[in-house]
Amino acid sequence: MTLGEGGLAIAMTGLAFISIVIAAKAYTPAYAFHAYLFAAASATAVFAIVNRYFERGVEAAPLEIDGKPNYNMGPIKLATILAVFWGIAGFTVGLWIALELAYPAFNFDLAYISFGRLRPLHTSAVIFAFGGNVLLATSLYVVQRTCRARMVGDLAPWFVILGYNFFIVIAGTGYLLGITQSKEYAEPEWYADLWLTIVWVVYLLVYLGTIMRRKEPHIYVANWFYLAFILTIAVLHIGNNSAVPVSWFSPKSYVVWAGVQDAMVQWWYGHNAVGFFLTAGFLGIMYYFIPKRAERPVYSYRLSIIHFWALIFLYIWAGPHHLHYTALPDWTQTLGMTFSIMLWMPSWGGMINGLMTLSGAWDKLRTDPVLRIMVLSVAFYGMSTFEGPVMSIREVNSLSHYTDWTIGHVHSGALGWVGFISFGAIYCLVPWLWNRPLYSLRLVSWHFWIATIGIVVYITAMWVSGILQGLMWRSYTGLGFLEYSFIETVEAMHPFYVIRALGGALFLVGALIMAFNVWRTINPPREALVPAASGAGLAPVE
Amino acid sequence: MATSSSTSLWNKHAILERNSILLLLGILIVIAIGGLVEVVPLFYLRSTIETAAGMRPYTPLELAGRNIYVSEGCYLCHSQMIRALRDEVERYGHYSLAAESEYDHPFQWGSKRNGPDLARVGGKYSDDWHRDHLNNPRAVVAGSIMPAYPWLFTTDLDYAHIAEDMKVQALLGVPYSDEMIANALTDLRSQAAVDAGDADALARRYPKSQARDFDGNPNRITQADALIAYLQMLGTLVDFKLYDDKANIR
Repeated sequence: MTLGEGGLAIAMTGLAFISIVIAAKAYTPAYAFHAYLFAAASATAVFAIVNRYFERGVEAAPLEIDGKPNYNMGPIKLATILAVFWGIAGFTVGLWIALELAYPAFNFDLAYISFGRLRPLHTSAVIFAFGGNVLLATSLYVVQRTCRARMVGDLAPWFVILGYNFFIVIAGTGYLLGITQSKEYAEPEWYADLWLTIVWVVYLLVYLGTIMRRKEPHIYVANWFYLAFILTIAVLHIGNNSAVPVSWFSPKSYVVWAGVQDAMVQWWYGHNAVGFFLTAGFLGIMYYFIPKRAERPVYSYRLSIIHFWALIFLYIWAGPHHLHYTALPDWTQTLGMTFSIMLWMPSWGGMINGLMTLSGAWDKLRTDPVLRIMVLSVAFYGMSTFEGPVMSIREVNSLSHYTDWTIGHVHSGALGWVGFISFGAIYCLVPWLWNRPLYSLRLVSWHFWIATIGIVVYITAMWVSGILQGLMWRSYTGLGFLEYSFIETVEAMHPFYVIRALGGALFLVGALIMAFNVWRTINPPREALVPAASGAGLAPVE
Repeated sequence: MATSSSTSLWNKHAILERNSILLLLGILIVIAIGGLVEVVPLFYLRSTIETAAGMRPYTPLELAGRNIYVSEGCYLCHSQMIRALRDEVERYGHYSLAAESEYDHPFQWGSKRNGPDLARVGGKYSDDWHRDHLNNPRAVVAGSIMPAYPWLFTTDLDYAHIAEDMKVQALLGVPYSDEMIANALTDLRSQAAVDAGDADALARRYPKSQARDFDGNPNRITQADALIAYLQMLGTLVDFKLYDDKANIR
């Protein structure tokens, strides 16, 4: 047994015992349930490690076979499949809560599915579960390919993928049971946060170790973005989630920051979850998958350098634009606004670099729906990174804040940019990983159009409802009284909430088509496996 | 190669591209600056949090209620931050002060108003109204899209460990005295009017605290007791008839 296998098995055994003790003395049944989940998962891990030890060969997997890197693709395949699964789950919950806002009867008076518990489930499922698995899969794929080296670690990559997804399960079930810190996009409680910290550090080490093992003298640009994403998320996660638990036996903790400082730390975290998780990480995808798919080099090397450093420097300042006109000091608000506006430039630099990579290959948009999805995602990136700076201007924000305009803005970025670049990456990755052609390009085209119409319907409804509600709130009668009661402004939202749900449903249908396509690519129908040459009379059924 | 190009800044970048640790450190330095400049001064600039008479820590029952507010994710639809804008001040009351959330771990300012702001909801409606509203929002506000929370009235409040919560908060700087922590359980029960115990002692420790049976069921202390107690105190601590906003200008 190697040191890694033995060490991890011992650590997991220890964790299983601690979890059982905590389960026995837990203050709440929900926390006991989580402790049992930890115990079961750790015991399963120990079993799997021992089992693998007896199954595997004596030698460790070679770094190279016949002078070619022996890439480690197993954990990446798993993360890719999980991304598709969590994507469907997250979009479905999103559709459900959209219906709850349109028709409150969808809450069914049940604690577990009331809006306040399901909304963090939706955001975590799409950002961290779907987006996170896409980032894990693509980053570990790209780093191996561009470094021409096998990923570092034997069990470590599996630990990262499985550990991360276990975190997702703990976080998600926690929300349903009412375990949350109620810090936006950082809802998981202290023990889930601690677990994620361990997983994330291992992820950083695997990633960095693989870069150090590279055969190429230069670190490819996509890796700069992935590295900035991994490192910054670690810093943000620790900073924002610093908390003192009430007890080892309580799921409850109190974050060390309070009031106005907590607000600032939260949005330093929150906006950079957007900047580094949903932007820098996915720009890493853009810088690898678009040139690869278009078979063209990145448009400008110098632009990538400026884009990279300017983006990560400016983004970190942008948080206070979430707190305009609040009790946060004006100087901080002004800094946040100023840097948010400046951020427009590197964002569009990145967009230009992505789009112009297609120079000389624009014709491929006609024939390759996968490339079309990725190019549209970059266009959405450009659109929402223009809208963002506009909304960060204090006067604009006074109208948009607290309204659906924010929700629309988020979704043009999340569905358009993050969703579409992820779909594009999945459509590339699955055939590469399983070494089979994609089952159907026509279905990709259907996905593209249905999801695009869904996004347009969604964000248009939210623009109208957001601006409408913002104007109604500040509307005065001729006598100088507020014109509308709050509930009148809520009632005015109803048609747009129905339309929004329709847009979300279309987006979900698109994702289901993708899931079917991915499944059929990995498990092709029997007829498709018959070589065309030998079975001249046997045309594929479809 | 020409010397001019080899000394250009572009070529210097190759150093970072060839050395992963330098690249990592470079990223760390670049992302640290903005956060440090914006966050750190907030902890030592005295103008950040004004002095406002009347602020006190939450009573044990209010704290338990706040924890239910947190665990149900109320902040996802209700802000607790009245912005300094004319219509907000007219709709909800005086704009929120930083001091009013200085003991809030975590802050619950929120970012979206599917429902109205709650920063000053305390005393605006009767307990009766809150009971009807939480049980079925549409019974009192026809067009409401808020979920119903019937389970709050049937679930006993789990307050056995509330003193531990207060100890952690004290550790983080909330001014809970030893006396407050020692009397946490009796204070909680007397505020929910179950013991009808020492309401005077409660009021002495926590000025302006309101003690009564909040959920309409005098035999039990339910989650609704705690949540309504919390809602009824929101925004009631600072007396804005006496508050002097000029006093805080430095």
